[in-house]
Amino acid sequence: MKKELKVSAIKDGTVIDHISPGKAMDVVRILKLEDYDNSVTIAMNVRSSLFEKKDIVKIENRELSEEEVNEIALIAPESTINIIKNYEVVEKRKIELPDLIKGILSCMNPNCISRREGTPKFIVEKKKPITIRCYYCERLMEGDEILKRLRI
Amino acid sequence: MNMKDRDIISIRDMKKEDIEYILEKSEEMEKNMEKNRNLLDGYVLSTLFFEPSTRTRLSFESAMKRLGGEVITVAEAKTSSAAKGETLTDTVKTVEQYSDVIVIRHPNEGAARLAAEAVEIPIINAGDGANQHPTQTLLDLYTIKKEYGKIDGLTIALMGDLKYGRTVHSLATALGYYNVNLIFVSPEELKMPSEIKKYLKSRGIPYREISSIEEIGETDILYVTRIQKERFPDPTEYEKVRGTYKILPETLKLLGNAKIMHPLPRVDEISPKIDRTENAIYFKQARNGIPVRMAILSLVLGVIE
Repeated sequence: MKKELKVSAIKDGTVIDHISPGKAMDVVRILKLEDYDNSVTIAMNVRSSLFEKKDIVKIENRELSEEEVNEIALIAPESTINIIKNYEVVEKRKIELPDLIKGILSCMNPNCISRREGTPKFIVEKKKPITIRCYYCERLMEGDEILKRLRI
Repeated sequence: MNMKDRDIISIRDMKKEDIEYILEKSEEMEKNMEKNRNLLDGYVLSTLFFEPSTRTRLSFESAMKRLGGEVITVAEAKTSSAAKGETLTDTVKTVEQYSDVIVIRHPNEGAARLAAEAVEIPIINAGDGANQHPTQTLLDLYTIKKEYGKIDGLTIALMGDLKYGRTVHSLATALGYYNVNLIFVSPEELKMPSEIKKYLKSRGIPYREISSIEEIGETDILYVTRIQKERFPDPTEYEKVRGTYKILPETLKLLGNAKIMHPLPRVDEISPKIDRTENAIYFKQARNGIPVRMAILSLVLGVIE
């Protein structure tokens, strides 16, 4: 069978691969790609094997900062990041959650001081499943609670 | 141990050595009240209470004054700067200019931590919403240690609102450092949160959960907290449980020599008839707040080591 690329290759930039199905748009929002000048290709529900699906986001002419990678780690920890130069993968970056997450989500506790002032901060208590603790009110957050509070 | 400039925000920040050290210094304070009368001469404490409190504020003020320090206070912080729209960060940064240490109580969880980030001088958390009240926990531990000469080996029952009560959460967390047996006595709706139970399990602390005083059996300490009506979605449920957690003279038969503690204020969960019994130590407990807070103030100001 002829192998066909459903998503066109990019010359330079970043490919975020193996994103859990349905999460591509969250990645796009986190990276604020709606306002991005260069081309962004989003593929959703691509079959990666007979049973598995994945999302892919390709961003032309952009390398992700460490902070951006951390943000992706929070919503799509299984994904991989490939840096592309001249159509070649020059670097594969492993996604890893930092010990402290700053600013990208708000605390679930409506009575937390960080909902009124300052920058929200969270200590990563557990990486699998992701469990974070608000640096201020000390409340634990996991799973959907994290997703709901992401500033996207 | 040098605790100069250290913030006292949460029991979670403290190692066992820190707790033990503060308890040791509290004992020294209590023994040397007279000698330490001018220890904090020239130092100024600001108390910022964004939420009403009598006991805690007076206790801190008394501790500071007994050490010869000065206290400046905003009686109703909520109605002054905050009402004008000033941020907490700006308020504490301003108050920092007037004082050497700040004691803060605030209705929002995490407020003391935010304040501590904003200023260089030490911040002592006197209660941030439903989260922490570390000096209460330290005085609770001090009281237990003073009564029994130790904490290890004791059986400690915590009773009442274990779900929302910040004092019982902090106390249970701190007791995780000791070799204790815990008993949690609460109605089904107000059980100890699983996060704390998980933590205790991880530290190998045995505990059992029961719903009535009759099931407690032998215990060294019974720590009573108030059950608040507003915690119950259904008022009839509240009516059902309220009577079951009252300590009356006849309850003492079930408790033997157990010492009864309470962070106060009490409403009707301990009959005043209990006050004069050997079991009651809750007023002593309140008094113990003084040496503990004296020690904490002196430590964070770096006047003692």
